[in-house]
Amino acid sequence: MTATTPAHQPANPASFYMIEEDHHPEGSTAFGFWMYLMSDCLIFAVLFATFGVLSTAYAAGPTPKELFDLPLVALNTAMLLFSSITYGFAMLAMEKDRIRQTQIWLAITGLFGAAFIGIELYEFSHLIHEGATPQTSAFLSAFFTLVGTHGLHVTFGLIWLVVLMVQVGKHGLIEANRRRLMCLSMFWHFLDVVWIGVFTFVYLLGVL
Amino acid sequence: MFSSDFLKTIFGRLTLESFPLHEPIIVATFAGVVLGGVALFAAITYFKLWTYLWKEWFTSVDHKKVGIMYMVLGIVMLLRGFADALMMRGQQAIAFGENQGYLNAHHYDQVFTAHGVIMIFFVAMPLITGIMNYLIPLQIGARDVAFPFLNNFSFWMTAGGAIVIMMSLFVGEFARTGWLAYPPLSGLDFSPDTGVDYYIWALQVAGVGTTLSGINLIATIVKMRAPGMTMMKMPVFCWTSLCSNILIVASFPVLTATLVLLSLDRYMGFNFFTNVNGGNPMMYINLIWIWGHPEVYILILPAFGIFSEVVSTFCGKRLFGYTSMVYATVVITILSYLVWLHHFFTMGSGASVNSFFGITTMVISIPTGAKIFNWLFTMYRGRIRFELPMMWTVAFMLTFVIGGMTGVLLAVPPADFVLHNSLFLIAHFHNVIIGGVLFGLFAGINYWWPKAFGFRLHEGWGKASFWFWVVGFWVAFTPLYVLGLMGVTRRLRHFDDPSLQIWFVIAAIGALLIFLGILCMLAQFAWSIWKREELRDVTGDPWDGRTLEWSTSSPPPHYNFAFTPITADLDTWYDMKRRGHERPVGGYRPIHMPKDTGTGVILAGLSVVFAVAMVWYMWWLAMLSLVAIIGVAIWHTFNYDRDYYIPAEEVARIEDERTRLLQNATLRNPDSPRDQDRPSFGAGPAAPAEA
Amino acid sequence: MPRAMLRSATYRLLPALALPLLSGCDWVVMNPSGDIAAQQRDLVLISTGLMLLIILPVMALTVWFAIRYRANRKSAAPYDPEFDHSTMLELAIWGAPLLIIIALGALTWTSTHLLDPYRPIERIAEGRPVPAHVKPLEVQVVALDWKWLFIYPEQGIATVNELVVPVDRPLRFRITASSVMNSFYAPALAGMIYAMPGMETKLHAVLNKPGKYEGFSANYSGAGFSDMKFRMTGTDEAGFARWAETARQSGAKADAATYLQLAKPSEREPIRLFSSPQPGLFDRIVGQCVEPGRPCGGHGGHGIPGGHKAEGAIQKSPGEKGSGPHMTAPPRQDHAPGVHQPGHPANRDLTFLQPRDHVAAAHV
Repeated sequence: MTATTPAHQPANPASFYMIEEDHHPEGSTAFGFWMYLMSDCLIFAVLFATFGVLSTAYAAGPTPKELFDLPLVALNTAMLLFSSITYGFAMLAMEKDRIRQTQIWLAITGLFGAAFIGIELYEFSHLIHEGATPQTSAFLSAFFTLVGTHGLHVTFGLIWLVVLMVQVGKHGLIEANRRRLMCLSMFWHFLDVVWIGVFTFVYLLGVL
Repeated sequence: MFSSDFLKTIFGRLTLESFPLHEPIIVATFAGVVLGGVALFAAITYFKLWTYLWKEWFTSVDHKKVGIMYMVLGIVMLLRGFADALMMRGQQAIAFGENQGYLNAHHYDQVFTAHGVIMIFFVAMPLITGIMNYLIPLQIGARDVAFPFLNNFSFWMTAGGAIVIMMSLFVGEFARTGWLAYPPLSGLDFSPDTGVDYYIWALQVAGVGTTLSGINLIATIVKMRAPGMTMMKMPVFCWTSLCSNILIVASFPVLTATLVLLSLDRYMGFNFFTNVNGGNPMMYINLIWIWGHPEVYILILPAFGIFSEVVSTFCGKRLFGYTSMVYATVVITILSYLVWLHHFFTMGSGASVNSFFGITTMVISIPTGAKIFNWLFTMYRGRIRFELPMMWTVAFMLTFVIGGMTGVLLAVPPADFVLHNSLFLIAHFHNVIIGGVLFGLFAGINYWWPKAFGFRLHEGWGKASFWFWVVGFWVAFTPLYVLGLMGVTRRLRHFDDPSLQIWFVIAAIGALLIFLGILCMLAQFAWSIWKREELRDVTGDPWDGRTLEWSTSSPPPHYNFAFTPITADLDTWYDMKRRGHERPVGGYRPIHMPKDTGTGVILAGLSVVFAVAMVWYMWWLAMLSLVAIIGVAIWHTFNYDRDYYIPAEEVARIEDERTRLLQNATLRNPDSPRDQDRPSFGAGPAAPAEA
Repeated sequence: MPRAMLRSATYRLLPALALPLLSGCDWVVMNPSGDIAAQQRDLVLISTGLMLLIILPVMALTVWFAIRYRANRKSAAPYDPEFDHSTMLELAIWGAPLLIIIALGALTWTSTHLLDPYRPIERIAEGRPVPAHVKPLEVQVVALDWKWLFIYPEQGIATVNELVVPVDRPLRFRITASSVMNSFYAPALAGMIYAMPGMETKLHAVLNKPGKYEGFSANYSGAGFSDMKFRMTGTDEAGFARWAETARQSGAKADAATYLQLAKPSEREPIRLFSSPQPGLFDRIVGQCVEPGRPCGGHGGHGIPGGHKAEGAIQKSPGEKGSGPHMTAPPRQDHAPGVHQPGHPANRDLTFLQPRDHVAAAHV
């Protein structure tokens, strides 16, 4: 299709229009979801920056060294990392069109995710019990907000996972469900990456 | 006190005191609004329009209808925001010496806060988003946006935010903090009432819509362009919109997060921005401007795009320096993230930090200047038709350069030390926002109205509106420049020095002129709708346009294009016409389209309930609506039946109707002005075939 | 060197630019009385001049092209619909603004450093360096809710809403605020700088002409903001000493109790003089620990312990929720509903203005 058609000749309509229609170019969902993840990433960036600014604003309250229980957090990290791996297996099973296997791996992912949330809730309740509430100091406000926002994301991921399992059970691995599983996959791995940042900058740097 | 506690649990802090029962004027207004609302409701019911509105508009995922709904929202909110402006000008024109004016601090402070918030979030943003929504798919030859349901949902979230902010007028009150709600003033300690909560939740609800719409439009531009339309063959408006939406996606999350932190302070007693327990209010100011500065480019970039389209069309010329225009836009996009600190040079950062941010700010003026020159040299050797869009464009060029100049002046830190927060600053940003964004939108409305509705806007009323606006703008804001140089600060309710009064009176007269401009514009719309048959355009291309939206009918069918166009050159439609384009009149195929859905309305409605519950501390209702939002969202995902095919016969029926109209038009008026204006089209020897 | 450059440029450009502007009598930003403000004024004019070099031709060209190439012209101007690129022109349209910005950027860099409010001043006026033995006069500035407190530690006095300074003596302001953000601005003297709670900012300046001037807060700070003004008086050293002596005789002492009383929101406070401010009062205000028994903190360090747990809306019992009145509701007389500890100083509603007589009654 070049612009060299002489002006005085009515051109062939095929040089102006596509006669055969194709579908929406696939991949705009993945692209759009990626954009969403980037915007979510910015929310975390703000929370990380806030935590950075306030990380020493203890206001005579407790410091990270006094608060954090690294082995527990390491266990928690392991839970989330495992859940990412098992989600990967679920996607592999999906590629092979094995519904049952996909469902099993999704269920295992969900269990790991639930364990992560459970441990985090335990940690939070422990801190609050010790008097280290988010109201105590700006440092603790920033800590609870950053870690809690991540936890909320994981919780929503779990709800989404359950919904998807129901939908896969109902309709099988149809095109729409595959697309959704892929989006959740991106979301889940994204939360993993964010958690690695949390673990490093909040816990490790706080305690070491 | 069981019953009192019980009432507080149910209604939170909503009491009889929250309604304007003690103020006869407000009660009357309130009653008027309620009666008006009931009358409108009754009329719609009587004429059985609910089904029509619900089916054809509210639940429509058609990007054109969503775009028009955004524009209507923006124009309605413009009236509210402008009423606030008139109240401020009135107060400042009379409140001198003994005279305290007619607004107390409590009221006046809400008025200026609401004016800023409404004008930016609920006038400029909806108008810009609306025009992008309407045009982008048409300009890139697509049938809709990438995520049509999301588009409808985004609109309703924006509208939901507007509803929340309008509620604050009648129930409770709005923030008295200035439009960016700096803590500690906006913290619970110093602003305990509902105002800041209304502010937070209105922006949060609308912010969700804006972010999602940004994602949607980026995906649309990147993924859905017509075959052959490479990035460098894309209309400039699409380029500036792309950059603007990238800015939205990269900055609105920052606003969302910042407001979340502020709400955690207010609702949960956290210590992000408090004076005690290690909180840091300076952090809020940094964060909010990391969003706030890109925000002004979000608004101005699409306006730049509109001017580019208008200049090129009405000069009958290719845009001068398309490539440098694109690069200028991209450079502005990137640089807009490196300048936020210039909004608070006076906070006492070191000289090196201040000069860094000052210089980056000035550097933005280089690409912006290049753009101005590009429009200038598009006019050079053009054949300029001074229709309304072109008039707005020339007014913009002459107005905006002054605003740009005062902006660069404010970017010099020591100069900013004497002008910061002064009325000079107010004059500056109104100069760029009115002279840039609004003039651009008005150019765009006049330019694309015939495309959206199939008839032109009346020129006489349009010209009246133009002159009132342009003259009114300068009469209103020149005095503010002067007052700024006299050391007068913004947001003052009362003055002691009587020698200042004359300037405020002049500014108030300017505001009245602008008011006449707005009235003329409304009259222009009404008159044009009334006389639409006289102003009818059946060609679909009334201005001899150059981009793809002019290749289809006006208004376009809901599928936009019967056949997807193929792009061979920049200014695709101009190129098609030059190559002897003929409209195909047969061989239609079924067209794949998204289905309408009411979920967006429901979700946004629940979000409004949630926001109001949070504002009034009705925790049970907040929980309930939150659960409902999640439930409805999940329920929506169980609906897999989201698209359908328009049968080929239906397409044929619509297209044949257009064929008939086009033939009639040619028969009735063989030498329509359209053909005279276009010597290079068709068989004329004037066509310089591919020089 | 840069200062010399700035000065010589000033002399060349000022007459042309300044005359039409200065014809007005009270354009204080354009006609200040302090050396710093005068240099800032010069900078405004020079930058404007530099930019007009490009703005004016653009405006002229816009009008000229608009007229010359209009379609309904009798004799048609040249029309070239395919003209969309010219490397020379493109170079010019990027290059010309670039050159202006390079010039302006250099000017910005030097002037920002020279006029940094934190930098002690080196000259009293054009060609008059600060004599070696002269020590700057320190004034501590506190932005209270809707009035200004000035503490003169050397003189042992304090004032409300009145700033008296000796002419031609370098001044060093240390600035903070009690509760919310304000901006300390006396246009005749020098540019503004924010006054922020829990933080200290600095401003160095000098006043060159005796007289009475106005100063105010340039950052909105709540209901009484409009009238948050102070009077600035420039006088000679002898006059300043006399005034300081009057203040010392005035009796009322600026101790912590007086300060806490003063810090309560009120507007249109008359000028008041105090003697013997409590030593270290300013630092305690910055540390937010004027009340006896409160530990001090600061934003630079580990944060200020509040002495109380913050409480958000969700933590309130139903009875504490208060009521959200409509904007037209009469100002309430009781405490604000944000209360978590009645009587706590952090806890006051700055969005309401109590009637003046009510405040006066509270003072007694």
